[in-house]
Amino acid sequence: MTAIEVLDGGLLTTVQDLGRFGAQQYGVPVSGAMDAWALRAANRLAGNYEGAAALEITLAGPVLRFDGPGVIALTGGDLGARLDGRALDPWQSVGVPPGAELSFAGPRDGLRAYLGVAGGIGVPLVLESRSTLLNARLGGFMGRALAAGDRVPVGPGGMAIGRTGWRLPRTLVPAYGHSHMVRVVMGPQDDAFTEDGIRTFLSGSYTLAPQSDRVGCRLTGPRIAHRLGADIVSDGTAFGSVQVSGDGLPIVLMADRGTTGGYTKIATVASADLPRMAQASPGDRVRFVRVELDEAVALLRAARTGLDRIARDEPWSAPAAGIFEEDSGEPLAAPAYAGLADALALRRGSAAVRSTAVRAPMPGLVVSVAVRAGDTVATGQPLVVLEAMKMQNPVRATRAGRISRVLVAEGALVESGAALVEFDDADARRS
Amino acid sequence: MPLVPRLLPAGDSAIVVEYGDGIDLSLNARVRLLHRALGATRPAGVVETVPAYRSLLVHYDPIVLSRAAIERWIAETADHLPAESPAACRTVEIPVVYGGVAGPDLADVAAHAGLELHEVADLHASVEYVVFMLGFMPGFPYLGGLPERLATPRLATPRTLVPAGSVGIAGAQTGIYPAESPGGWRLIGRTPVVLFDPSDSPPALLEAGDRVRFVPVATADYDAIAREVAAGLYRPAIRAESAGR
Repeated sequence: MTAIEVLDGGLLTTVQDLGRFGAQQYGVPVSGAMDAWALRAANRLAGNYEGAAALEITLAGPVLRFDGPGVIALTGGDLGARLDGRALDPWQSVGVPPGAELSFAGPRDGLRAYLGVAGGIGVPLVLESRSTLLNARLGGFMGRALAAGDRVPVGPGGMAIGRTGWRLPRTLVPAYGHSHMVRVVMGPQDDAFTEDGIRTFLSGSYTLAPQSDRVGCRLTGPRIAHRLGADIVSDGTAFGSVQVSGDGLPIVLMADRGTTGGYTKIATVASADLPRMAQASPGDRVRFVRVELDEAVALLRAARTGLDRIARDEPWSAPAAGIFEEDSGEPLAAPAYAGLADALALRRGSAAVRSTAVRAPMPGLVVSVAVRAGDTVATGQPLVVLEAMKMQNPVRATRAGRISRVLVAEGALVESGAALVEFDDADARRS
Repeated sequence: MPLVPRLLPAGDSAIVVEYGDGIDLSLNARVRLLHRALGATRPAGVVETVPAYRSLLVHYDPIVLSRAAIERWIAETADHLPAESPAACRTVEIPVVYGGVAGPDLADVAAHAGLELHEVADLHASVEYVVFMLGFMPGFPYLGGLPERLATPRLATPRTLVPAGSVGIAGAQTGIYPAESPGGWRLIGRTPVVLFDPSDSPPALLEAGDRVRFVPVATADYDAIAREVAAGLYRPAIRAESAGR
């Protein structure tokens, strides 16, 4: 394999490695994989060094074609990967024939998947890293997310017949779910908060907001009280810094965060739990649990040691929890993804979807509404533009028909699965 | 006399080394000294150190280096810092067109200060600034030393697009946008100089501790310099001198 051809870029697919270090003093954000553990695993499985560049795939995956034989490994969130139409087992190294196509049926668990390829992604190093920094258009594949027509180079090792059949032991495969317990070490500015404020932070249930992106996971929920104010003289930020600005709501600073910031940071997410934060989808629940520094380090050590257990002899079998249970080719109808399934089915050209309503594929803000009641629309016609994760996503008609009702207006915040537009029932019966 | 910094946890993989709580030249000089000294004796497992106004963030890998070891290294290095500012520093001259399209907020700043437009430009260009730190975006310098009279609050509503090279004021700070970006600083002028180029080493024109002087130029000069910049021929004037100011 010398290149990966992109047939469809998906929602947000970028080249990432472990990040760009050494240039933060010049104001250059680290970037790198949001879920570094999954990236390390993907590389180890594919026979690369842990920090090689891989593809980070977000929520709605791309369609990719491999130009030659090679070895790949898919880790992280389960986005319903399919190799030439058949379910692809994650967390193991798999040989691919020339021309094989990787596609994604839709998310089942988690938000971000990592595609490691033997040889690594071979884009040029920029400031010693291959990571994409989107807002500065730096590094990665031309500084941007992948799009149809791109040919992404694979490093020289990609020509070798790599090793297949390597697996992460099943007990170590994470199940992400929609409710996340995230451990934190308090500080550096926990003294800027009232006792009540600290209690609120550690006992409150927070919801991941749709405005979250690679810069930060924004949370809504109980407001955290400051002692004096939210502003500090700007200082450095860490991966996982929990910043609380004047509105009292926490933002967990992630891979693309600015190198410095001028708001109080109540705590820092334990490195071992950053993958959970990275895999949380908009609408998911998050709770913060305090741990001491020693425990956080022990957790990280355990996580890294886990990767040493990648081996050849563990046969893959689906976990009992049923995460990978269904292989019907249809995405699971997890509540958070109702609607996305329809959108994806449409995009992939599957059989017509027969639901009477078009639903929001994810929580978000309605930016514009393109249709009115009584309009007749064609399959694939844009109905509503929904902004989520800082991107505008058109929600398209899943079938042809007459619109009976438009249920949302511009400016509305909608939950995942919320009905946006309804088709005429008579029409639905006919189709 | 060595000043003992405060060490604060920033999770399991970073530690804040804090010298104080203000925006102050001597605190900032100490931060930069420590940054340099730590860089010279960096043990395996230290990823990088990031200097800010009054503190330094040390990123490290806790699997390679224990917290106790890193605290010891920082404390010992801080104990043996030379008391003076760095032996030499650079002064970088930045040509700027003030006002007009290049500085759409010059009039606001002038009104706030009770000055004429040209007086704002003259005053802004009359002093030498210090780069306290780089942050916000690649190559963005936070400059200290703005004449008090020019201090102006940020825009109530940030612009969605500030052109590259824009020189702005926010409160008592002044800075330069290296690339196009959203931003809320009051824009008083623009420079054609490139402040960040990832293919350069180091990638940023300025680094913490540098002195900066703005040199007012006419639009025609700006265009001429911009052409040289585009052709890769322009280098801003940089003077090395001993500190002690």
